[in-house]
Amino acid sequence: MDDIAQRCIEIIAKSKGIPANSITLDSTFDSLNIDSLDKINISFEVEETFNIEIPDEALGTIKTVGDMVRGVAQLSQNHPPSTVTS
Amino acid sequence: MNRVVVTGLGCITPIGSTIADFSASLFSGATGIAPFPPFPEAPGESQGLRFTQTARVKDFDPSQHFESGTIVSTDRTAQFAMLAARQAAQQSGLREHHAAEEIAVIVGCACGGRQAEETETAKLYTRDARVHPLTVTRTMASAGASQISIDLGITGPVLNISTACASGTHAIGIAFQMVRAGIVPAAIAGGHETPLTFGFLRAWDSMRVVSPTQCRPFSADRDGMTLGEGSAMLTLETLESAEARNATIYAEIVGFGMSADAHHITQPAAEGAAAAMRKAISDAGAVPDQVGYINAHGTGTQANDTTEATAIHQVFGERAAEIPVSSTKALHGHSIGATGALEALATVLSLQHGLLPANAGVTQIDPALKLDVILNAPREATPKLALSNSLAFGGLNAVLALRRFAG
Repeated sequence: MDDIAQRCIEIIAKSKGIPANSITLDSTFDSLNIDSLDKINISFEVEETFNIEIPDEALGTIKTVGDMVRGVAQLSQNHPPSTVTS
Repeated sequence: MNRVVVTGLGCITPIGSTIADFSASLFSGATGIAPFPPFPEAPGESQGLRFTQTARVKDFDPSQHFESGTIVSTDRTAQFAMLAARQAAQQSGLREHHAAEEIAVIVGCACGGRQAEETETAKLYTRDARVHPLTVTRTMASAGASQISIDLGITGPVLNISTACASGTHAIGIAFQMVRAGIVPAAIAGGHETPLTFGFLRAWDSMRVVSPTQCRPFSADRDGMTLGEGSAMLTLETLESAEARNATIYAEIVGFGMSADAHHITQPAAEGAAAAMRKAISDAGAVPDQVGYINAHGTGTQANDTTEATAIHQVFGERAAEIPVSSTKALHGHSIGATGALEALATVLSLQHGLLPANAGVTQIDPALKLDVILNAPREATPKLALSNSLAFGGLNAVLALRRFAG
């Protein structure tokens, strides 16, 4: 698993208070009980970690952890990761 | 008009996060005031603070109580509010006996979500960082009221009252008036506050009203207040409703008085406090001679305690020196918008148990105050009427009159 995927999973695990090893790229947000508030928080932490800005229209299309990882990889091509973590 | 009784109690405080623990500390005199650990964001070793103690709720883990979505969208204060309200609702069986739209939630919170406010503002001002998208939901002062309604599924009137250090008392008083008037048959009412953030402590420090040692209300050598945090909630309902379902009744609220000093933003005026006490007694259909206990605002500042004592003398005349008085702030600290609710809870427990809590921390009662301050141990008594005073910055006064329920 690449670095982006690992860091996304860690963010989700921390936000949800669940073990990272219970999350895979195929995990859907629904199966992880990620509600709308979780999604806002996770998206913010991802933006902070990777120094990116997720477009509003993209937020609604993310259904799985893999969707998020691929989106972050695309957006990160133009931005170096941030050292700021919170 | 309906009679209004207390049928449920809940709390999370520095002296206990169950009613049993709070009650045990209240009557044993166990204080929740203790040195606080250094703030990592403080610029130097001294923290820039002239005091070292607060009354903090220990070992609170929100993940033990809430879903992650609730945790990320709330500050500590709203989490406290939900926990105390859950206890009060559960203990009274409120939701099983009243429709969602029949219940009001009236709570006091003066400061809102301070932790989120300071953390996000510091990030923004120091490094132009992004602001967390749930900062608004975490910081708004009404968040606790909203979260209680969401958590318990209550759809009746829900509102937050912000009157500084009297917020919790105003909230219980307004809820009492609503239930008495028949606007709703039941309400959850109280206060919540978590103001122990670095920036807020520095702001209080600058006012020079915080004790560099520990608060000692009514003591001759008192030197200020000690800040605290917490939440307390009461379930109020009509006597008719409580009796119909055979609910346990802890006390009866019989009167509420409000006034404003119209004097000064920090200096209290005795006339305002006296007016609120007189109104509460009159609202109860009682006379001053029936008052047998006063849970005082008693912050431990020179100004408050002197003014409150003067007000008590104005209301009760020669009897003032004979009425048992105590401030419980030396135990649970001064938790701003929550403190009146903690003290109303203490008063309810006092009436229920026939025990008046002692005023901790006093080395020698200030003789100039001429009050019967309860010292060393709780005093057995069954007062006909008890008052719970809250006298806020800005001259906003709120006084509840309660009595033991006797059918």
